Amino acid sequence: MISVKDLDLIFETNDGPVQALSNVSLEIEKGDFVSFIGPSGCGKTTLLRTIAALEKPTSGNLLVNGLSPEDARKNRAYGYVFQAAGLYPWRNIYRNVSLPLEIMGYKKNEITRIVEKVLKLVDLTGFEKKFPWQLSGGMQQRASIARALSFNANILLMDEPFGALDEIVRDHLNEQLLKLWETTNKTICFVTHSISEAVYLSTKIVVMSPRPGRITDIIENTLPSNRPLEIRDSKEFLSVSQRVREGLRSGHSYE
Amino acid sequence: MINYFKNSFLPILSIVIIIFAIWYIFTVYLNSSIQIDTYERQKIDWEFSDLVKDTMSQKKPLLPAPHQIISEMYKTIFMIKITSKKSLIFHSYITLSSTLLGFAFGTILGIILAICIVENKAMDASLMPWIIASQTIPILAIAPMIIIILNAFGLSGLLPKALISTYLSFFPIAVGMVKGLRSPEISYLDLMYTYNSSRLNVFWKLRLPSSVPYLFASMKVAIAISLVGAIVGELPTGAVAGLGARLLTGSYFGLTIQIWSALVMAAILAGTLIFILNFISRITLKSMGSQE
Repeated sequence: MISVKDLDLIFETNDGPVQALSNVSLEIEKGDFVSFIGPSGCGKTTLLRTIAALEKPTSGNLLVNGLSPEDARKNRAYGYVFQAAGLYPWRNIYRNVSLPLEIMGYKKNEITRIVEKVLKLVDLTGFEKKFPWQLSGGMQQRASIARALSFNANILLMDEPFGALDEIVRDHLNEQLLKLWETTNKTICFVTHSISEAVYLSTKIVVMSPRPGRITDIIENTLPSNRPLEIRDSKEFLSVSQRVREGLRSGHSYE
Repeated sequence: MINYFKNSFLPILSIVIIIFAIWYIFTVYLNSSIQIDTYERQKIDWEFSDLVKDTMSQKKPLLPAPHQIISEMYKTIFMIKITSKKSLIFHSYITLSSTLLGFAFGTILGIILAICIVENKAMDASLMPWIIASQTIPILAIAPMIIIILNAFGLSGLLPKALISTYLSFFPIAVGMVKGLRSPEISYLDLMYTYNSSRLNVFWKLRLPSSVPYLFASMKVAIAISLVGAIVGELPTGAVAGLGARLLTGSYFGLTIQIWSALVMAAILAGTLIFILNFISRITLKSMGSQE
């Protein structure tokens, strides 16, 4: 689905070049839930943005759906969920979710049907007429996810979507996201800096470390696909978490 | 309602009372020397109370008292047919029509210029200095030129005056709209990019809605200076009609009460126009999810 090979990305800044990604290689299969974890500056967001064609790699190969990221973007292969919900404040929830559909030229009755469907999927039915500021942070982020789901892209790229939310809301949204992933069968790339979030959600955990931004470990998650929140107290969960922590340590992430 | 009274009406009322009090004091003070002269020439005995009374009822006072202006306005607004050249309503209408026409042109011109500047790099580099330079020329100097040159093309009356308003009002609109069209956050633009949105869609669905609050803010400035432009535009035309004409004939003949009533009328017009704009702005922004 997404294939990354020997990817390098160097930002030219006023203080000289910064190696944001160094020699990154990764295969993501269809239906995977991949988490990218690491401290700030490790390039996890940059990698996600490169997949989305929001950044251009300096060298290396990157294929999304078998296409270059630029062509994949033009084919609307992915939905992107930003760290801030990024809902347009002058549009109500309905019109925020319908925004990509309007741009992509969907017909009006189709738009109505789809918006209704995806709002139901994220449990926001009845909030169509509300403006973003009338919703809580968690609800805004759910609306933002609905917007990314609306045009039925196979890939969902999520950049710390729950980073600004409190833990209780975050737990709830994590549970909902897992359900959503099971029912829609999307490929999800999920950037986070929370170990337990990464372990709870993913089929595959990519551990990254900074200076230069690189992958230090790729962990196949052995947890069963059925994951109630209590699974986070199980031995297996703790052992996977331990391995993530070791990966971070080996990349000198704690220094 | 009680809150409105307490928070808006009462403060405004107290300021008005204070202004009126100071105004009356100055009326007596400024008009007294002429009044005392008159008393002495006519050999009239006078007391302070006479002075106070008489300074407020001169025909051509240095500073007319508020009630003189109000009674002059009452006379020229309600007692005279509005088609008459003595009616203040007639003159206000003349000025208002060129204000509104000029403001409409200015708003359209300002928006178009802003779009060109934001959407085109070459325009950005070349237009902005000229737009700023245009406002450094004093309007009093250029207004007669505009009137004369347009007259040579056979244009006279409403349009040249409106163009002077346009000249003044396009500027705040252009500057405000450039800022407004550039106001969307990077993440909003990135989102559009991930949808592979056309530039036209980015403009209609992101840049333009983002700029609306900026547009209204600049329109409030623009409409006030449109009125100034219209009045200034009436001065060099020989002052046939309009509030500017009232000011000019007033100053020819020393009719200070007429000048002041035209000034007060202009202030009322400006206030009303801004009030209406505020109202439209509130309704529009509310329908766009504003929290106020």
